[in-house]
Amino acid sequence: MTNSIFSRRVVVGLIAAAGIAAPASAEVDFSGETIEWVIPFSETGGSAKWGNFFGPLLSEALPGNPTVVVKFMPGAGSTKGANWFQNQKHKDGTLLFGTSGSTQFPYLLNDPRVRYEYKDWIPVMASGTGGVAYLNPEDGANFDGSANALKETDFIFGSQGATRLDIVPLLAWKMLGMNVEPVFGIKGRGDGRLMFERGEANIDYQTSSGYIGGSMALVNDGKAVPMMTWGALDADGNIVRDPTFPDIATFKEVCEATDGCETSGETWEAWKAFFISGFPVQKLAFLPGDTPQEVVDTYTAAFNEVVARADFAEISAKRVGEYPVFVGSDAQGALQTAISVSGDAKAYIVNWLAEDYGVTLK
Amino acid sequence: MEIFATALPALGEAWALILQPIVLGYLVLGVVMGLAVGVFPGLGGIAGLSLLLPFMFGMDPILGLALMIGMVAVVPTSDTFASVLMGIPGSSASQATVLDGFPMAKKGEAARALSAAFSSSLFGGLVGASFLTLFILAARPIVLAFGLPEMLMVTVLGLSMVAVLAGRFALKGLAAAGLGIMIGTIGEADAGGSLRMASYDIPYLTDGLKLVIVGLGIFALPEIVSLLRQDRSIARGASLGSGWLDGVKDWFANIWLSVRCSIIGVVVGVIPGLGGSVVDWIAYGHAVQTTKDKSNFGSGEVRGVIGPESSNNAKEGGGLVPTLLFGIPGSGSMAIFIGAVALLGSGEIEVGPNMLKDNLDITYSIVWLLALANVVGTVLCIAASGGIAKLTTIRFTYLAPFLFMLISFAAFQSGQNFEDLLALFVIGMIGIFLRRFDWSRPAFLIGFVLSNPVEKFTNQAFQIASFRFRKGFEEGIDYVFSPIVIVLIVITVVSVVLGLRQAKLIMAEGDVKAGTKRAPMVFLFCIMGYLLFALINASLIPNYAMTDKIIPMLISGFALFCCLILLVQMIRRPEGDAIFADKEVAGEDADAPYGLWSTLAWFASLIIGTFFVGFILALLAFLVTFLRVRAGASWKKTLILTACGIGFMCLMAGVLNRDFPPGLLQHYVQLPWPLGGA
Repeated sequence: MTNSIFSRRVVVGLIAAAGIAAPASAEVDFSGETIEWVIPFSETGGSAKWGNFFGPLLSEALPGNPTVVVKFMPGAGSTKGANWFQNQKHKDGTLLFGTSGSTQFPYLLNDPRVRYEYKDWIPVMASGTGGVAYLNPEDGANFDGSANALKETDFIFGSQGATRLDIVPLLAWKMLGMNVEPVFGIKGRGDGRLMFERGEANIDYQTSSGYIGGSMALVNDGKAVPMMTWGALDADGNIVRDPTFPDIATFKEVCEATDGCETSGETWEAWKAFFISGFPVQKLAFLPGDTPQEVVDTYTAAFNEVVARADFAEISAKRVGEYPVFVGSDAQGALQTAISVSGDAKAYIVNWLAEDYGVTLK
Repeated sequence: MEIFATALPALGEAWALILQPIVLGYLVLGVVMGLAVGVFPGLGGIAGLSLLLPFMFGMDPILGLALMIGMVAVVPTSDTFASVLMGIPGSSASQATVLDGFPMAKKGEAARALSAAFSSSLFGGLVGASFLTLFILAARPIVLAFGLPEMLMVTVLGLSMVAVLAGRFALKGLAAAGLGIMIGTIGEADAGGSLRMASYDIPYLTDGLKLVIVGLGIFALPEIVSLLRQDRSIARGASLGSGWLDGVKDWFANIWLSVRCSIIGVVVGVIPGLGGSVVDWIAYGHAVQTTKDKSNFGSGEVRGVIGPESSNNAKEGGGLVPTLLFGIPGSGSMAIFIGAVALLGSGEIEVGPNMLKDNLDITYSIVWLLALANVVGTVLCIAASGGIAKLTTIRFTYLAPFLFMLISFAAFQSGQNFEDLLALFVIGMIGIFLRRFDWSRPAFLIGFVLSNPVEKFTNQAFQIASFRFRKGFEEGIDYVFSPIVIVLIVITVVSVVLGLRQAKLIMAEGDVKAGTKRAPMVFLFCIMGYLLFALINASLIPNYAMTDKIIPMLISGFALFCCLILLVQMIRRPEGDAIFADKEVAGEDADAPYGLWSTLAWFASLIIGTFFVGFILALLAFLVTFLRVRAGASWKKTLILTACGIGFMCLMAGVLNRDFPPGLLQHYVQLPWPLGGA
């Protein structure tokens, strides 16, 4: 045992040199402190990637250059971590919490396990992504900018679950009058793409980075045909073309061109609400609700500095996608758009999930 | 030939990249850190990699890759220490190694078992890398040929290894595997989200039980308790019979087995979605089936170590294919690896199809860095194995409290809930009784590990097959019975038939003496009770969520059927028949100076203490009391050992940025780390 303890000590010494824990100070100066950025998912997901990307940048921008440690607290699809954060009080500003669409959706759907309230927290940063749906070449040939010729086809789609981010594509396809049968239980969109590549599924969608990294090659080889993006939000909250894929029409355009699909009314409002929550305002960073204003301002300034970096567009594009990052009051506004969903829209979704997929949240 | 025209220069460039002194330096640093983290059961590559992540941002890609791969590569090697020396399966890669490795350690052959394992690992890693160098160019279509029916059949092949490991009574083995599958279905279903044997009032259960906890509970805890009761060293007589050179010789004598198992490792590792969970069982089954004298399996057969260990490092190489070519991680550590690769340099490496087109040199660098890291890690491990093997000669009473400490911490890391410790205790109880009454523990674990894949692939394949059949009968048949599926069915049938014939010869728990009817029957009733309850529970799921209820109902029904036949046999047969195997009748456990319950109470006291005052304070009291009262150590020795234990725990947790379980005390009073909790 002594041998192994010794070797560990050496390693530990090396790492400790990089700076771990240290005493606290009262000023909004984080010199020598460790900021814990708690992510309610496992080390392996997209939120981990997001936290690990922003963590070191935040460390550089905060006064005193504290160590920013991303800490994972997975469980119950992020509900466990969010319930935990609800009970956290401000101590010295060294606690940051990150949420994702999977934290927002159960909140919007009144999942009984949700014991957290977004309105209690202070958002300091929000960022999003986009999504692209595509078809196999055979059915893609029938796609003419409208889904009119796709209504007779049977589609199969590899899905992570009806209450997840897949609400957005599944509802969109339903609105277009397409007959899409989801195969539930896959882990991650990569598995969905693989199912598409094997020919077991004939329709798929990816978030922007997944599309660029994997599906674009299929499109270039003629093995897939892009159908539509979910779009992006402009400053007034309108859905416009996704800046990352300006050549691909949005769902809104396809819906307008398709018989029987309406871009108004409760169905459309419900879709739009969940789209906003799941894509353009997918990930948010929060401070506990009772955090003093000067600490909030410090974080806002730091995130502003991160976004203002000359190389930010370049380094973020490849790692988290080229989408706007909302800071400070913009983050507050983004949160408002993401969680203010009308009761009717919520009720529509809950009812639809129960009718089409037998999912009841009791 | 055109392929080789691009592959050879890329291979050359890869070697030029790897063979820079600074790259090798980072690789060795990664390996050393990986070894330090990897000997810690239950943490493995994920904890280590997350530790490296903050440094990856903007790092020179080849240096970052060397560091990360050095760390990932040695985890399946270094976790062998825990599985051979203590019977603790450190990760899914070392489950099968426990079966024969730990009995070898008990016979005083720890060094031999370790060096045989490490030689096999090393060789497997190299075979894997060589195979992969050619195979990766043609891998894409082959990976795409493995659809859902094919994956289901590979899982069933893994499950068929239950036949080999079922023990003297095939029915007991089948029922144990069924119980394992049922325990694996606890929680929210993947497909429809229905709850099985869980409730939203107990959020812990909705996520299901983690492999780490089940592995520790089924294999480690029963062995620790049994050894502690006997109050001896792990190696009987506290002597080390054979040295590390014997292990290397053993490996060389079985080199063809090693080659075959390595290839099994790469090929199964390549299939995305299965990960490493089935590989070592298939390799173990293969080792059993190709050995003439099977009587030593389960009680210290070196081929049982060489087989799985050859496959598990080769599998890491195979796992690179889905990771690099499709961006689909084969394991948790690979998922972090993908995320970390994006942080490297200016983000120019993107895992996915482009790895073969634009980044073939980087791809080859990764393959051979992995092989090189294996070499470095294995050499270090072999060098250390002689010394570390001496642990098995220490009086176990001095090791046990620290093992309780380690497994509790490892269990807590899987979910960071106090309930993790309770789950470990409950599963440990199941493990203790499975062991006592000679129900196959490996069968139970195989069932648990494959529970999720079996259910998922069955449902998905069924759904897509019925979709195809709607289009046309022929299309459906083509989908379900592809050539690969037919080949896999043949292999499975052959392995079940051979396995059932051979299972009687393999006594994983040794020759357990039979006793009276009462205790074994009470245990059988308990199992039947649980299965019946789970069956009723599953049948109450509404019919529209058929995907969530069909597998639990079929499996629990089948296992109940096995149990019923067993019950009839038990009623008919006289007392003393082998069906009433009971370790408490005769043998080591029965002759042990300490009782089961008083020994288990020590572990329970640590958990109860944690509930009230948090882990570190409870550990402090536990270590002092245990060493003074049970081990009878002097105050000086007690305090030194306690300080070492707690210091070590804090050091590891501090560096890895992990918390300890908080108790009621921490709920009311804010305490500084490490006394406070999350």
